Amino acid sequence: MADKKVIKSRYFFEEDFEEQLAEVPAEKVAAWDKKAKLKIVGKGVDRYDAYDKVSGTARYTFDIQLPHMAYAKTLRCPYAHACIKSIDVSQAEKMPGVLAVLTADNAPKIKWYRGTSYLFDRHLRYAGDEVACVAAKSERIAAQALKKIKVEYEVLPFVADAGKAMQPDAPKLYENGNIAGGKPSVYERGNADEGFNRADVVVEETFDTQVVVHNPTEPHCSVVNWDGDKLTVWDSTQSVFGVRNALADSLDIPANHVRVIKKYMGGGFGSKLAAGKYTIMAALLARTIGRPVKISMDREEMNLAVGNRPDSVQKLKFGAKKDGTLLAMSHYSYGAAGAYPSGAGCSWPLRSIYKCPNVRTEEYTVFINAGPGRPFRAPGHVQGTFALEAMIDTMAEKTGMDPLDFRLKNYSEIDPVSGQPYTTKRLREAYEAGAKAIGWENRNKKPGSDSGVIKRGLGMASQIWWGGGGPPTYANLKMNRDGSVEVLCGTQDIGTGTYTILAQVAAEVLELPMDKVSVILGDTAVTPYAHGSGGSVTAPSTTPAVRHAAELMKEKLIGYAAAQMNLPPERIAYRSGELVDRDNPAQKMSVSALMRKVREQVLVTTGMREANPEGYAVNTFGAQFAEVEVHTDTGKIVVKRIVAAHDIGRTLNRKLLENQFEGGIMQGIGFALMEERVIDRNTGKVLTTNLENYKMTLLPDMPEIEVIIVSDADPLLNNTGVKGIGEPAHIPTAAAIANAVYNATGVRFKSLPLTPDKVLQGLYGGVKQG
Amino acid sequence: MAEKDISRRIFIKRLGTGVAGSGLALSQLSAAVSAGKDDDAGEKAPKDQVLLQLTVNGKAVRLHIPASLTLAELLRDRLNLSGTKVVCNHGECGACTVLLDGKAVYSCHILALDAAGKEVLTVEGLLKGEELHPLQEAFVKEDGLQCGFCTPGQIMSAYALLKQKPHPTPDDIREGMAGNLCRCGAYPKIAQSVLAAAKSNARAER
Repeated sequence: MADKKVIKSRYFFEEDFEEQLAEVPAEKVAAWDKKAKLKIVGKGVDRYDAYDKVSGTARYTFDIQLPHMAYAKTLRCPYAHACIKSIDVSQAEKMPGVLAVLTADNAPKIKWYRGTSYLFDRHLRYAGDEVACVAAKSERIAAQALKKIKVEYEVLPFVADAGKAMQPDAPKLYENGNIAGGKPSVYERGNADEGFNRADVVVEETFDTQVVVHNPTEPHCSVVNWDGDKLTVWDSTQSVFGVRNALADSLDIPANHVRVIKKYMGGGFGSKLAAGKYTIMAALLARTIGRPVKISMDREEMNLAVGNRPDSVQKLKFGAKKDGTLLAMSHYSYGAAGAYPSGAGCSWPLRSIYKCPNVRTEEYTVFINAGPGRPFRAPGHVQGTFALEAMIDTMAEKTGMDPLDFRLKNYSEIDPVSGQPYTTKRLREAYEAGAKAIGWENRNKKPGSDSGVIKRGLGMASQIWWGGGGPPTYANLKMNRDGSVEVLCGTQDIGTGTYTILAQVAAEVLELPMDKVSVILGDTAVTPYAHGSGGSVTAPSTTPAVRHAAELMKEKLIGYAAAQMNLPPERIAYRSGELVDRDNPAQKMSVSALMRKVREQVLVTTGMREANPEGYAVNTFGAQFAEVEVHTDTGKIVVKRIVAAHDIGRTLNRKLLENQFEGGIMQGIGFALMEERVIDRNTGKVLTTNLENYKMTLLPDMPEIEVIIVSDADPLLNNTGVKGIGEPAHIPTAAAIANAVYNATGVRFKSLPLTPDKVLQGLYGGVKQG
Repeated sequence: MAEKDISRRIFIKRLGTGVAGSGLALSQLSAAVSAGKDDDAGEKAPKDQVLLQLTVNGKAVRLHIPASLTLAELLRDRLNLSGTKVVCNHGECGACTVLLDGKAVYSCHILALDAAGKEVLTVEGLLKGEELHPLQEAFVKEDGLQCGFCTPGQIMSAYALLKQKPHPTPDDIREGMAGNLCRCGAYPKIAQSVLAAAKSNARAER
């Protein structure tokens, strides 16, 4: 169990497959049986960090104050596209309390955005791009100093719409044009055109989705402190190791001189997966002024400059036989990356969820003069699933089938992309359970047939995502002389409950009460490597590593007990926190009695995430069902009920799982009905820069939610049988709502969000008749 | 309690009025007072600063502040009570909710001076030593949080709601908690937490 080997690991993380060398156990820990009677894992134990959070004592990065700390604020470009001709900071520097000013004139040339730009670039590509950064004694002085910086801009023509940016005469953001990579990303299997020719029913539709902004409650923020040439950074980040490496590379200092810590954070949803410019700027300022520096984005910056979900325009064409067999699907899409590289593709669900022999997708990621995109809870899948599942419903209607029957008709037992079998797939069970719970038979057989001003409808959508995780991920386990243990892992709890589930796994294996286990996460100086917290990989990557470490600890304790009891190790068994002689069960000692013999020593083991099984596709699946009311007099849509039925492997903690599902669904409602970043076409400026104008879901918008888990465990995948839930929870909600709205009204809305104006436009052509 | 009342009475007397008017009037008055001669200790306010006296979590607080300081800034930056969070800083999300003389207010949207002579209760003030308030305990048991950043604001709104309506219906909770944004979407569990706390209140009363 302690032997290890190095492999080439391949797993899916957010927007792409990652390949990485990784150390894994040579011999896998046998997975917990599907029917295993576990005592702590699977139970709804209280959140490990709940006390700190409800008492107000949890210190987030945003709360940290260091002695002699200075504050930094950023000057941002007011134009959608401009070049800096000159900057004069002399007035700002003279202000009492101003400590230093950084601009393109004095900052080191540090490459940023995958080498397409610099930390401070004279070419500014969106209204919000960084121009200068001021450190001052207080945040207010820093903000006032920004107003004293005189910048002469050469204002350039801009483009703030992806479709326009693709035109040959559009203003260019880059010399090579506005299409990322210069060409689309194309996927093909079979021959789509041939499939369409053979089809009895062919449907072609265009859909579009809006840009939405992550808006985590804690702003992106860092506190940096130099001790000589050693740098400590507290950062609100989903990836402490990613931030450390970005700092070391940018500042050209050794990685072991940088320590990045994240204990608590107020959400990220993908927007905090990569290091931000602000952290580097704060580190440069702190080195200059010899004081710690704190930098926090305000809500306007949060809505301009730290990421968003790209929009999409999707043209889909589907062909099927009369009996509902899908013969061909094509998907052409473009979406705005913003001004700097990020992915805007959204065809993965279409490629991977249904059995269809002929598929062609063509995706363009387009640069426009707007804030850069970043992965946002299932990049590409949320917008892709909306269009795909609307088309599937349309095909079902055209072939005279029930939407669920149509999906079952085209159910794929293997991964249609790789041809490999799945470790598990319980989508069929999810359909059945969800349909039963929502009362699927009560939907309008004829869409729009519900009479009255308030029309009720039912709809559903399928979900696919990866979420299996993989190596490298490591965890250390320490046992102290009193038998208490510490789990150390370089992952981060971004609000999902990672602290809790890792404590549960260690407590389960070592048969300890939860209060004997403490968990330390997110500190590059003390925790072993784990991935960034994204891609729904955290639980399936970290829990097996912790279990491995705990099993190794058990083995170690047996070795120590054998020496103490003068017995061969094979004779010793670990039972309920006691080390027992198998042949003479009366002869035994408790862990704490044994640990007293160990005295001041701390026993340490290192666990590793095992290799993923070869020859299998790993995915999560699910189906969500929505019941909506469409108020045909006002255009308002009310989501009454959501049933979420999912295959996510083993449930670690029912209470936390439900909470995360409810959150994913809540964000799905926001995406479906109200969230939208709005850019003024005339100036290229974002208009929705506060939480009044950027609408998000509140408590009264919440429907009744039922979460059904149809999976027991996925023992083929890893030793805990766990897959991720963060993204699966969110992916199909908007699509299910849109399909329910169709069922209610008989009108197919093809543009998100489904705001009252669009609903009224769709129902009455803008003005209510009569 | 008695001590608080006395200090408040003395403070108001010093203002030369028995009536605490609107928040604005009060802040002008207290600014006028502290910018004036001197106080009991014979201190003079530093330049551009005014004297502020109020009660925070049951303790009398007395300090000089710039008049532009918000109540949230006072709590977080000057009194180190960082449980109160600032998310929007524009009175739009409820994260900074505290109680001011028993009423829920957005502390990012109020000047510290508007709290002069009043009682402020923050999430830290609900604790008895290290012991959680039953409402906080309900948030733990019902898991009424995820990342926890909006949680202090949620709890203080719930506290104010339960003070007003000790036996709220689910609709009362939806309405009473509608001003508190939670981006993680812990809403159903937040509502359950408030309901559970109300039920345990009811049990305690019986």
